[in-house]
Amino acid sequence: MKGRVCAVSFLIVLAAGVAIHAQQPPDRTKPPQPGPPPELTLPAIEKRQLANGLPVWIVQLHEVPVAQINLVIRSGSADDPPRRFGLANMTAAMLSQGAGARSALDIADAIDYLGANLSADSTSDLSAIRMHVPVARLADALPVMADVALHPTFPSEELDRVRQQRLTSIIQARDDPGTIALVTLSRILYGTSHRYGTPQMGTAEVIKTFTSDELKSFYASAYRPDNATLLAVGDLTPERLMPMLESSFGSWKTPAAPKPSQSLPATQAAPARTIYLVDKPGAPQSQIRIGSIGVPRSTSDYFPIQVLNTILGGSFSSRLNNNLREVHGYTYGAFSSFDMRAGAGPFSANAGVQTDKTSEALTEFFNELNAILKPIPAEELNRAKNYVALRFPGTFETTGDMARRLEDMIVFQLPADYFAHYVERIQAVAEADTQRAAAKYIVPNRLAVVVVGDRKLIEPGIRALNLGPIKLLTLDEIFGPAPTLDR
Amino acid sequence: MKLVSVLLLLAVGSPALAQTPAQPPTKLEIQYSQFKLPNGLNVILHEDHSVPIVTVNMWYRVGSAREKPGRTGFAHLFEHLMFMGSGHVKYGEFDQWLEAAGGDNNASTGNDRTNYYINVPSTSLELALYLESDRLGYLLDAMTPKTVDAQREVVKNERRQSVENQPYGIADVVLGEMMFPDGHPYHWPVIGYMPDLTAASYDDVVAFFKTYYVPSNASLVVAGDLDSVKTKALVEKWFSEIKPSPAPPPPTIPGVALSSVQKKTITDRVQLPRLYLAWITPRLHDPGDAALDLAASVLTGGKNSRLYKRLVYDMQIAQEVNAFQASAELASTFEIQVTPRPGHTIAEVQTVVDEELQKLAREAPAAREFERALNGYEASFYDRMERLGGFGGKADQINGYYTETGDPDWFNEDLGRYRALSASDVRAAVAAFLPLDRRVELTVEPEKKQ
Repeated sequence: MKGRVCAVSFLIVLAAGVAIHAQQPPDRTKPPQPGPPPELTLPAIEKRQLANGLPVWIVQLHEVPVAQINLVIRSGSADDPPRRFGLANMTAAMLSQGAGARSALDIADAIDYLGANLSADSTSDLSAIRMHVPVARLADALPVMADVALHPTFPSEELDRVRQQRLTSIIQARDDPGTIALVTLSRILYGTSHRYGTPQMGTAEVIKTFTSDELKSFYASAYRPDNATLLAVGDLTPERLMPMLESSFGSWKTPAAPKPSQSLPATQAAPARTIYLVDKPGAPQSQIRIGSIGVPRSTSDYFPIQVLNTILGGSFSSRLNNNLREVHGYTYGAFSSFDMRAGAGPFSANAGVQTDKTSEALTEFFNELNAILKPIPAEELNRAKNYVALRFPGTFETTGDMARRLEDMIVFQLPADYFAHYVERIQAVAEADTQRAAAKYIVPNRLAVVVVGDRKLIEPGIRALNLGPIKLLTLDEIFGPAPTLDR
Repeated sequence: MKLVSVLLLLAVGSPALAQTPAQPPTKLEIQYSQFKLPNGLNVILHEDHSVPIVTVNMWYRVGSAREKPGRTGFAHLFEHLMFMGSGHVKYGEFDQWLEAAGGDNNASTGNDRTNYYINVPSTSLELALYLESDRLGYLLDAMTPKTVDAQREVVKNERRQSVENQPYGIADVVLGEMMFPDGHPYHWPVIGYMPDLTAASYDDVVAFFKTYYVPSNASLVVAGDLDSVKTKALVEKWFSEIKPSPAPPPPTIPGVALSSVQKKTITDRVQLPRLYLAWITPRLHDPGDAALDLAASVLTGGKNSRLYKRLVYDMQIAQEVNAFQASAELASTFEIQVTPRPGHTIAEVQTVVDEELQKLAREAPAAREFERALNGYEASFYDRMERLGGFGGKADQINGYYTETGDPDWFNEDLGRYRALSASDVRAAVAAFLPLDRRVELTVEPEKKQ
């Protein structure tokens, strides 16, 4: 129970409560007020380096005998070459399908036998091999992880397996209205030539053409010590850990070839508001996504946007959820988000609403998207700021949580004191900041509106709203023609 | 004492385990204090100072199994009403106050229990206790027919989102109906039927609250960065005044069994068919329950598991296969789901599943295979100790163990259930509980294109 907390203020607050006699009914007309923010003393990030230059960041969390080891590669799907979308994602997926002398089945058996979890994945700005393991088995598991990370073999029969798996999942994506809506919005906002307009996995057309050689070549350019950081979080000490890491990852060498680099094309200015309707006959709900191109993670408006989005649709009491769920009962939940990446990711407001209230729900969405441009009452602003700032300690609770926070620091090159100043920077957001951010990033007459639902029931109502032109999209236009499988 | 005996058993009684890598040394044990208020409320306190947060976790022994015919889905609808304000907390304030304190909250309803949690920074513990106690003591003071109507619509949309508009979402509803006879409380889905949600009334809310939302039918866990002595005083302050009321009698539902194969085919708006095989199996913690967890792992846990390896990896005739033991108080179910690849049929995959079930019923899994499954379970116990609050966090598990066994610190005993098993116990459980001639076989076929 090594404390990470300065509990002084906590004790003072509680002392007042103890004096009251339990036998007397308490005065319920005076609800206890929230206390001051408890002080969060984050454990240190110990920064080391292997002999080959690979940076190692270690955070000691000793509560539970587990370890989280993430190897983060600063190249992801945004580094996919033009017309080869899905390359980074397929490369990552193939790492555990054969490595060193181990087959795909060997790797899975070794990891499962140790009670570990090992995954390899890529998103826009990073690829990562992540392992969670009981700390007593770390020494046995690290060599397997290192093989997967450093010596993948990309066997062609395994590539065919993964290919068929992915083609089938693209067929299945057509089942889920929420997935359809999400893919459609990205496609509309970014088009087919910008990487953000296509799912991480890529399209069936391209997935069919990947070869082992192409994956090996992407791997060789991106997976290298000078493009990577090793994160170790958990019941560890640098003294015990570093020799293990050195022996597993020390042989990794930086090649002479250049690293891949993101070159995302410029995005188009948003056209006038348009409604994109995807027919899903028989659907009892319409999945709505209303969005635009938002901001990159490096935006100077990062903190105002956190607060703004909390008010609009980032918490249960947010305006969208309160209006569409609590007041009107049109949905089980309505939310909004700014997806921030190295480039400007999408802003979107979302809900699944009952089919016969689709147009009413759209009206309420736009009522809120317009209302957020007006001054925000002080109480609402303070509530949102507290919500974001005071929840911050809870985002460091588990080894996995902590490792993800560190990944953000690496990928977005956040300053070393970033966490230490997070709460005060949220608290410093003023009403003028949120209003400026709202005016800049939420432009109601330039938003794309995607509705996936039962067209014959919802189109007349949507048309009557006169929100803008309506374009019909087919599933083939969104996903490409449904792939056929080899067998 | 219990702890010691489990560890000794491990050391001397299990030669197979001697070959496994070093066992994690830390004991699975939590420190707690426990007391009962005069009104019957059970209270458990657990200190964990690793992060400055606390969680207030409440379990009520009531779920959809206590619903009356014509009112399915009511326990869950009621759960929604618990967030709509109470005697001293106006509608909306519950969430607004907690958000202003940096808190979050949620609840879930199952067949047998309903659980609620509030996570807050440790300095706002008393606010969380105040809110939790006010809705137990004074919910009806704020309840109106209009409140019920508002959440009725939300819940209907929850059903649309999670059942009708969810690919294969209707399968679980149909499976329950096929597994359990009419009138058995697991026959209907927790989310309920639409006409019953429409029929739920304000009077139902009053009766349900007075019967089930009483201190003697609840258990409160307060855990996290707290001082147990001071927290006890705060719990007494806010919860002691709530009036006692007799606990509802436990359910008296006779056991059920399948006597033949029940087959059905339904359609959904999906691209690929899916096969569901399901059995009625031993209740939570009964002999066979843990062995079936390990059997599920031997069948579909990881690439080397029997069904995954044959169907997905070697033959490549299935996109995915999944098996699990869903443990519950009145009866558990064991389920296998397989989605054939395009060009392959339900019959093809079912033949392979049945071959593997028969094989596992005949021969115990190999030592390595069994240990792989066991090691995965053991590791999951440690992973579950990492998070304090929320669903499945430490506080929620403590309340679950208390509610199900009477012992809040049943972690080691639970793990001991698995460690006491051998490979032949897995075989025996498959032979005894997963017969091919007494089960449900449900197929979901894609709707015909219009």
